[in-house]
Amino acid sequence: MITFPHRHLLGIKGLTEQDITLLLDRADEAVKISRQREKKTSSLRGLTQINLFFEASTRTQSSFELAGKRLGADVMNMSVGNSSVKKGETLIDTAMTLNAMHPDVLVVRHASAGAAALLAQKVSCSVVNAGDGQHEHPTQALLDALTIRRAKGKLSRIIVAICGDVLHSRVARSNILLLNQMGARVRVVAPATLLPAGIEQMGAEVYRSMAEGLKDADVVMMLRLQRERMAGSFVPSVREYFHYYGLDAEKLKAAKDDALVMHPGPMNRGVEIASEIADGPQSVIEQQVEMGVAVRMAVMETLLLSQDQGPRP
Amino acid sequence: MTRPLVLQNLRIVDPSRNLDETGTIVVGNDGRILAAGKDALNQGAPAGAFVKDCAGLTAVPGLVDARVFVGEPGSEYRETIESASRAAATGGVTSFISMPDTDPVIDEIALVEFVQKTARDKALVNVYPAAALTKGLLGAEMSELGLLRDAGAACFTNGRQPVHDSLVLRRAMTYAREFGAVVALETRDKYLGANGVMNEGLLASWLGLPGIPREAEIIPLERDLRIAALTKAAYHAAEISLPESADAVQAARERGANVTSGISINHLTLNENDIGEYRTFFKLSPPLRGEDDRVAMVEALAAGKIDIIVSSHDPQGADTKRLPFADAADGAIGLETLAAAALRLYHSGQVPLMRLIDALSTRPAAIFGLEAGTLKPGAKADITVLDLDEPWVLYEKELVSRSKNTPFENARFTGRVVQTYVGGKLVHSS
Repeated sequence: MITFPHRHLLGIKGLTEQDITLLLDRADEAVKISRQREKKTSSLRGLTQINLFFEASTRTQSSFELAGKRLGADVMNMSVGNSSVKKGETLIDTAMTLNAMHPDVLVVRHASAGAAALLAQKVSCSVVNAGDGQHEHPTQALLDALTIRRAKGKLSRIIVAICGDVLHSRVARSNILLLNQMGARVRVVAPATLLPAGIEQMGAEVYRSMAEGLKDADVVMMLRLQRERMAGSFVPSVREYFHYYGLDAEKLKAAKDDALVMHPGPMNRGVEIASEIADGPQSVIEQQVEMGVAVRMAVMETLLLSQDQGPRP
Repeated sequence: MTRPLVLQNLRIVDPSRNLDETGTIVVGNDGRILAAGKDALNQGAPAGAFVKDCAGLTAVPGLVDARVFVGEPGSEYRETIESASRAAATGGVTSFISMPDTDPVIDEIALVEFVQKTARDKALVNVYPAAALTKGLLGAEMSELGLLRDAGAACFTNGRQPVHDSLVLRRAMTYAREFGAVVALETRDKYLGANGVMNEGLLASWLGLPGIPREAEIIPLERDLRIAALTKAAYHAAEISLPESADAVQAARERGANVTSGISINHLTLNENDIGEYRTFFKLSPPLRGEDDRVAMVEALAAGKIDIIVSSHDPQGADTKRLPFADAADGAIGLETLAAAALRLYHSGQVPLMRLIDALSTRPAAIFGLEAGTLKPGAKADITVLDLDEPWVLYEKELVSRSKNTPFENARFTGRVVQTYVGGKLVHSS
């Protein structure tokens, strides 16, 4: 019997340590399924999953798609481009249309913070937030946690340095919440223009230099810097950014010898991370992708199987 | 011609005479006040008067709301002049200034006259149109300020739009001064926090929403105050949200500038925490600030550093509010709840009733030169009768306004408007 007292997964906020542990334990089981020759189970057979992506994302969308299929669900992908229709109207209108088709779970990505929560109020099925603006990306934080836990054996009392564009990063917000909830020490390393207001009170120690921020770190988590933010608006140039904040062999030396190097992808090689590091022995970037499928299987299975199985009104 | 009216046994609070006593209000058949006070019945009640016992109730000069957005012309589905006036009457507001942010923008004589005529034919309360300071509210060319003023524009404003160009503002204010008109502006820096949707700070950071820093309000306000001093124009900071802004206006006043300020009732009674998880009815411009700022603003109001309270009534529909927070429109309706929400400040002991009514009626009437804000003999009998202690709950379905975007849904209030008179005529009673 699964006890998971949430109908949706809209963010890490609101999840207890027990909730997170339950999802990670279940994801460990899902990893085994994905590594078998026969990868398909029947736990969600007959259920319908719709992936509703208002923002293009090949990686996350295919990860959710594969997760659903491995659980035996029927998966449909809806990619809603940013057409001339106003974004919000598309969101509610599309949601209501899809809702009438009786899906069991909606996986939503949208460029606006709070979009998944708004949608969850309007539909009668479970909603999984696959990234809403600069707010949260809970399955990314869960897959990062799973990757760390499998490598380090624990999450508590480890030091995680999150480096780069924290200001615009939903991945950073979800990770800060989750790692604090699990008892890890979180640091952020970034130029001041890429840090949100009040970061000191968000549960992270703030460092301005990689040498100090990475010192004794168990995990170095790099964030993607959007191309339009590189030249002059938030940092002066790609060259200057890489000089101070790009992860190369020299900077990585400050961290523990067995520190993990992570990146949520897609990477800008030579901007936030040197190729030799991304492809190096400490990198677990490929494992993160594998854990992504497992975590999403765990999330959907947990949400759907902990609900009443009877027909909905 | 109406029947004379006598309201008996009520507490009368009239800031225009600093009067607070129990007595009687006598209204003549011309809709004007004959007498108001404890000795009002010395001459006896007029023959044929309708006499009403109002024991336990409090009469104040009808409220004057200097910042009301209406949907007419252009967005009548949100609010018409008529529906706004009914909301006003329900809330004890007997006069309001309508903002020029309509479609088309009120920047031509014919449009000022349209608002006046529509109000005369359909409105329950006095409606005074404000006209656009710049054509189309674009901030580039001044409107026909003289002609608009002569047509009856109550003041000039750029509505929701700040005037970014300092030279345009200087010339418009210099010109407006010659016609004795107040220039009322909201200040918002064009660049700083330009993509912001709520108060900058920890809360916005957690919600992943771009913030609006305090300086985005304060810096352009300081500029406007300097231009007001330079041009000697009458300037009104239409909607300030920060104690630094109140201080800036006060400092300019002490330097001799003819400047005043207003604050919305929302910024006196709500704070950024009310946004919770993306509640768009609390998305306002200027944004709701922190609790410390709110408390400081209540103190500034009590001390008279902030002159007036406005509702900043801004009707929005599902099309503009049922959206992700950043995509939703700013604004909240407020005419119906203005008095009740303001009475929270009285009941909490933070603002004396005399000052509160001054800020809601007497002072705005004086700033904008409206015939209102007093219960003196000879004045138009615009009277709001309150039960200061009646508890009630605001339910959405009971709202009179065409739009339902109230930040006070299901809120509990103590104190309610029980009767509203405009020119001696009863326009609302609960």
